[in-house]
Amino acid sequence: MKEQFNSSGRVIKAPENFLTPTDVKTVFAEGKQGRRDFIRRAFAAASTATAAGVAAVSAPTAWAQGNPLPTEGGDPNILKLPEHATGLGQGVATEGYGKPSKYEANLQRRQSPGLTQTTQASVSFAPLQSLFGIVTPSGLHFERHHQGWWDIDPSKHRFMINGMVKNPKVFTMDEIMRLPSVSRFHFIECGANTAVDWGNVAVPTVQYTHGMLSCSEFTGVPLITLLELAGADLKNGKFVLAEGGDGSSMTRTIPMSLITSGEVLVAYGQNGEMLRPENGYPLRLVVPGVQGVSWVKYLRRVEVGDQPYAAKDEAIHYIDLQPGGLHRQYTNIQECKSVVTTPSGGQVLLDKGFYNITGLAWSGKGKIKRVDVSTDGGRNWRQARLETPVLSKALTRFNLDWVWDGKPAIIQSRAQDETGYVQPMYKQLRDVRGTRSIYHNNAIQSWLVQENGEVKNVQVS
Amino acid sequence: MFKFPKIALAIAICLTGATAFAQSTKYPGVGRDATAKEVAAWDIDVRPDFKGLPAGSGSVAKGQDVWEAKCAHCHGIFGESNEVFSPLIGGTTAEDIKTGRVANLTRTDFPGRTTIMKVATVSTLWDYINRAMPWTNPKTLTTEEVYAVTGFLLNLAGVVPDNFVLSDKNIADVQKRMPNRNGMTTAHAMWPGKEFGGTYKPDTRNVICMKDCVAEPKVASFLPDFARNAHGNLSEQNRMVGQQKGADTTKPEGSSGKTSATPATPSTSAAAPAKATDGKADTKAVMALLSKNTCTACHGIDKKIVGPGFNEIAKKYPGKVDYLAGKIKSGGAGVWGPIPMPAQTIGEADAKIIANWIAAGATK
Repeated sequence: MKEQFNSSGRVIKAPENFLTPTDVKTVFAEGKQGRRDFIRRAFAAASTATAAGVAAVSAPTAWAQGNPLPTEGGDPNILKLPEHATGLGQGVATEGYGKPSKYEANLQRRQSPGLTQTTQASVSFAPLQSLFGIVTPSGLHFERHHQGWWDIDPSKHRFMINGMVKNPKVFTMDEIMRLPSVSRFHFIECGANTAVDWGNVAVPTVQYTHGMLSCSEFTGVPLITLLELAGADLKNGKFVLAEGGDGSSMTRTIPMSLITSGEVLVAYGQNGEMLRPENGYPLRLVVPGVQGVSWVKYLRRVEVGDQPYAAKDEAIHYIDLQPGGLHRQYTNIQECKSVVTTPSGGQVLLDKGFYNITGLAWSGKGKIKRVDVSTDGGRNWRQARLETPVLSKALTRFNLDWVWDGKPAIIQSRAQDETGYVQPMYKQLRDVRGTRSIYHNNAIQSWLVQENGEVKNVQVS
Repeated sequence: MFKFPKIALAIAICLTGATAFAQSTKYPGVGRDATAKEVAAWDIDVRPDFKGLPAGSGSVAKGQDVWEAKCAHCHGIFGESNEVFSPLIGGTTAEDIKTGRVANLTRTDFPGRTTIMKVATVSTLWDYINRAMPWTNPKTLTTEEVYAVTGFLLNLAGVVPDNFVLSDKNIADVQKRMPNRNGMTTAHAMWPGKEFGGTYKPDTRNVICMKDCVAEPKVASFLPDFARNAHGNLSEQNRMVGQQKGADTTKPEGSSGKTSATPATPSTSAAAPAKATDGKADTKAVMALLSKNTCTACHGIDKKIVGPGFNEIAKKYPGKVDYLAGKIKSGGAGVWGPIPMPAQTIGEADAKIIANWIAAGATK
C-alpha cells in the first residue's frame, strides 16, 4: 500500500472499473508524481468510453480527491474555475420538497440479503456509517414492517381509548393535534438490533450490525393526558395495550410506569414534519427506552387492563431464549449500548495519520454518562468526548482524536449510563444469556483496522 | 352520562383511598365518548385469561379446509414450511404436552424454533390469526374459521385430536395442554416497573477499567471471504467524501489491496435526476401494481420466493399476454410446484398490464 502515498500522505484513487489494468498502473505511477493533467485525460477517455455509465456524475472532479502539493502551478480545481463559479445556478422552489445532493445517493436504507423472504415482513437498516450528529434523516430512518406499510388519510384516522376507563373515547387527528404537545428527542432501536452477531460475526458493516437504530425529534401528546381525558383507572389498570390500525394491527403491552411518568407519547411529528408513512403516519406510539416493536405505528387504539396481553410479538416473537430453555417474556428495555460508526466494518482508511473516531451511545434507562474507546481490542481505553446534546433515552454522539500508525488496530467503544451500568463485553453477556437469545444484544462491538486500511467486523476473545 | 361532581370525587378519594378513575376535564371540546358499536368493532384483542374471546367454535376438519384454501400457500400443508415465514409446527412431543416445557428448547443443536415450540398461551394464536391472518387479507376470517384454523394447528402439533371442535367453552382446557405453557419467565430486569415482580439487577456488571484490562485480544470471529460481497459492493454504501471510503468488495481483499479504496460512485439510476424514459415509467407503474396487489409477497422479480420469479415466468411464456392475465386472475397449481396460487381479486385492466410486462420479459 505504501507506494500509493504521495507527498501529502493521501491516497489517489483510481476508478479501475473503467480503465484497463495497465492504465490503472500508469495512472498510479503518474499520480504519485502529481501529474494531474495525465489523470484528467485518462479519466476523460474512460468516461467517454463508458458512455451511459457514470457520465451523470462528473467523475474526475469527484474522484480525484488526493490533495498533493501541486507541481504545475496549482490544483486545477482551484486554478480553473468550475461551471458553478462562472454560471447561473437554479432558481428557488425548483424542488418543492428538496432532496439530498445526487452525490449522496450511496446513503440508502438497505435490506440484509437473505434475512427475510418478503419485503412486507422485513426490515431495512439505516446507514449509520455515514450519518452525523444524533438525528436520523427521516428518509433514512430504519424500517420494520410486519405486514407492509400504508399511507393513511389522516382525516379518516381515529384514535380510541377503552378498557378500564370511565368513558371510552374517540379522537380525530384534529383533536389530538389541538392538545398541548411536547417535542422530545428519542432513539428507537429494534429489540433484534445486532441479533445476527449473537453467536458470531455474520454481517460486514455497522449498517447491518446496528442499523435498526434511529433517533428523531418526536412531537405529540403524552398518553397520560389522553388516558386522563377518558378517566382511566390508573390504580387497577396496571397494563395498557397499544394497537395499530393497519393489516397487522400490531399489539403490545406498554409499561404503565412509563405512561404515568409522562414519557410515552402519542406522536404525529418527526423531525419537524409529520411522521413518514413508513414510520406510522399519521400516529404512532413513542415509548422511550423501549424496543421499537412497542412503538406501535398507525396507532388506532389503547386499552387499559389489569393483566398483560401476551400479544404475538410478546409471546412468540420478541421473547429471549435463555440457556436453560426458558424464554424471557416482556423484555422491553434497550440497555446501555454504543458503537463506533467510523472507522467501521467495510470502510477503508485512506492513509496513516489523524482520524476522528466517532460513534453513537444510547441507553433505555436515561442519559449517557461516559464513553471510553479502545484501539487495542479492549486492553487500554481513553475517554471520548460526548458532544451535545446529551439527552435521556436519545442517541449521544461521541468523538475521540486518533492518530493511526498504520498497524492493525481493534477499535471498541464502551458506554456507561447515568444508572452506573456499563455496556458489557460479549463474554459477560453470553455467560448469562447464551448465544440464542436473538434480542437485546448490547455487547461491545469490535472493528479490526488492517494494515491495508480495510476495516472488518470481528469479535475478540 | 353520569359524572361525579368534582368535590364528591375528591371526598371519595379521601375516604376510600381507592377510587381510581381520574377523569380530566381540562380540555373541553376535545374527544367524544365512543359508541358501544365502535368499541365492539375495534376491541378485538383476546387476553391469556380469554377476556375478549367471542363465543363460537370450529372443528379441526373445517380448519383443514380453511388452511388449504387460505394458509397453506405461505405456511405449507402441515404448517412446517420455511419458505415464506418461520415454521409454525414441529419440534414438540407428547412428553412436552405433559410437562408444559418444550425439551428441544434446551438443545443447542436443534435447528430453529417453531411457533408451537415457543408460544405458551393459546389465546395468542387465536388473537393473532383473528387480527392479522391471512397475511394478504387480514381480519377476513369468520369467528368459526379462526376457531377452526387454531384447532387445526393444535391438531398438527398433537395437542388436540382429529375429531376436536375448539370452542370458547373448552379453550381453557386446551391451554392446559400447550407444550410450552410453563416455558416463560418474567424474572428479569428488562421491564420498566414492578408489575411482573422482576428484578432491578442487570444481567451484567462490567466495570470501567482503563489500563491493561484484558489479555492480548485475539480475533475469534470474522466474516469469511466468500461472504465478502454478500451485502453488495460496500464502496457504493459509503459517502464518496470523508475520512474513509467503502471497500470495493467486488474484488478479493488484498488482490488489489492497493486500490481497494475504490471511490464510491453513486449508481446512475439513483443519482440521475428523474428523467425516466417511457419504458421506465411503465415499469414503475407495474412495480406499483405488483406491490399494491401483494404479488411480490410470493413472486420475486428475479427470484423464486414461494412461487416462481417473474423472470422465470417470462422465460416460459414470452408474448402470452392473455394466458398470463387469465392465470393471474384464476390462480393455479402444478405448473411450478405443489404450492397452489390462490385466485386473485384484481381488475381486468391491471391484470393485463402485469401480464403485458411479464410477457415482455419482466425486466426491472
